[in-house]
Amino acid sequence: MPGATLPILHDLMEQFGYIDDAAIPLIAEALSISRAEALGVVSFYHDFRRSPVSGRVLKLCRAESCQATGCEDLVSHLAVRHGVTVDGVEEGSGIHVETVYCLGNCALSPAGLLDGQPIGRLDRDRLDAIVAAARGRTQ
Amino acid sequence: MSARVFIPADSSALSVGADAVAGAILAEARRRSVEVEVVRTGSRGLFWLEPLVEVETAAGRVGYGPVSSGEAAQLFDTDFLTGGAHPKALGRVDAIPYLARQQRLIFARCGVTDPLSLDDYRHNGEFRGLERALRLGPKATIEEVLASGLRGRGGAGFPTGIKWRTTAGADADQKYVVCNADEGDSGTFADRMLMEGDPFLLIEGMTIAALAIGATQGYVYIRSEYPHAFSVFSRAIERARGAGLLGPSVLGSGRTFDLEARLGAGAYICGEETSLLESLEGKRGQIRVKPPLPAIAGLFGKPTVVNNVLSFAATPWILEHGAKAYAGYGVGRSLGSQPFQLAGNVRHGGLVELAFGATLRDLVEGFGGGTMTGRPIRAVQVGGPLGAYLPASLLDTRLDYESMAAVKGMLGHGGIVVFDDTVDMARQARFAFEFCAKESCGKCTPCRIGSTRGVETVEKIIAGRDRQKDVELLRDLCEVMTDGSLCALGGLTPLPVLSALDHFGEDFAKTPARVAAE
Repeated sequence: MPGATLPILHDLMEQFGYIDDAAIPLIAEALSISRAEALGVVSFYHDFRRSPVSGRVLKLCRAESCQATGCEDLVSHLAVRHGVTVDGVEEGSGIHVETVYCLGNCALSPAGLLDGQPIGRLDRDRLDAIVAAARGRTQ
Repeated sequence: MSARVFIPADSSALSVGADAVAGAILAEARRRSVEVEVVRTGSRGLFWLEPLVEVETAAGRVGYGPVSSGEAAQLFDTDFLTGGAHPKALGRVDAIPYLARQQRLIFARCGVTDPLSLDDYRHNGEFRGLERALRLGPKATIEEVLASGLRGRGGAGFPTGIKWRTTAGADADQKYVVCNADEGDSGTFADRMLMEGDPFLLIEGMTIAALAIGATQGYVYIRSEYPHAFSVFSRAIERARGAGLLGPSVLGSGRTFDLEARLGAGAYICGEETSLLESLEGKRGQIRVKPPLPAIAGLFGKPTVVNNVLSFAATPWILEHGAKAYAGYGVGRSLGSQPFQLAGNVRHGGLVELAFGATLRDLVEGFGGGTMTGRPIRAVQVGGPLGAYLPASLLDTRLDYESMAAVKGMLGHGGIVVFDDTVDMARQARFAFEFCAKESCGKCTPCRIGSTRGVETVEKIIAGRDRQKDVELLRDLCEVMTDGSLCALGGLTPLPVLSALDHFGEDFAKTPARVAAE
């Protein structure tokens, strides 16, 4: 398969949830590229995490269309109400929230992607329910 | 015969519960022992009505929306299967003004048919474009695309036919067709809708291109933020292969073409064609210096046509109906139709395919119905994160390549994001730089360093210590980025920044209340 680097990295992400540094030499060898090149590719793309995260993963769109409909309010709500820092690394908070720029659901902004499932018209209530469910307790 | 109900499986529809609605309707049908066939379609693009449930009746397809899963029983009670009255009843879907007023060439089938049914696709008259291309041969096919006036729909607006002719004329043992489906602009979703709602159209368009330029292999680079589109499109490729549309003998012609879908990895810059090629080759998505053009030396150094989803998707129509018919739509040098996408703070967000030349007001007020919040429109960003912020006073600007350029804006990929009067345009300008800093590939200095200096300078202006000097500095920086960047990311980031500054200067002159009180 020509240009196999990204497909391999996506497979690793799917399997392990992140790309361990220990995998870099193996990837390099398999592709006949240097370790520096392999690391260079891993570190270039936002998708490839270098360390694991626990809990559910919510990708929260913070691009213009979602800004126009209040995504930044949701970011502060997450911090104030739930103690969740977007793009932060917190252990055991049950949910990891990270910034993305555009999920192509802009007519139903603000948008999110919860473990791959699209969510439109996100608001504080919906977010509360997501966090509660991720933490395994009811409101 | 069982009743046929249509419910979108488009990711926007899913994001507001379309799966649950489909499940509830099937469960309710079972409970009542009514035979119902639920067909999952793409979306019509009337997103404020999603989940939109359609029923085939003697009077045509009638709609109900937005439907929640809790309303299933009520729908049956009111005989929705025969088009019964219900508070959510919309009547004939194709008569809804939002849809009836459009000129849908590319999106004619999206939301109507089962996206993965080749029978549906054929039944709706398709492959006629490809069949005609096979009869015409490569040279005449390219002439047809040239004569149609089709320009690249990804944003740059370069004539598609010229790209094809250049690649066709290049001498090489291997050529490629690459589809740029890295639709990263905020406010755009047409590529996603098409891949999820009518994937065979894109496959047909890419096949037409491949046969015209002599490519045997194609790639579709789909962004990872679109997992659903990737999955639907990958399945469509398999089915097309199974049906002989792709493979060693396209539609029995003896000509070879095959296709592979590849997933991006969350880098906006990979929407730039040379970055995309680097990424496909398995490298960091850093842009290449042009020349050589990809048409001459593209993927793996071979001649490559790189086009946007919508450009490829326009070609079956052009081949079927002829270049002249296509060029009959639009104005000046902006010919054909453009799928516009209404987003942000707008009441009726969705996909509006129109001939070029409608006004921005038509779109945001006529179709969009103004803001969702009901507050006045203050700014409209056209063309994604690198597009200009236009004030309400410019709403009568026409939406075509030249008119947009005349107001120092650009059409880009046709995304329109509406903001109400609560927006702080200085913050939006700062964000434009922040975004550029985050997404810069780092190859050229104006973009890599300029973006960060830009964030700092806008912050200084907002703080208001030496505003006049800092505004001058900002304009100077924008000039350097415009003239000195290698690609559109650094080169066009000044567009949103300067348009915000020029049209909404007052937002940059607010001294923070806290500082004033001290």
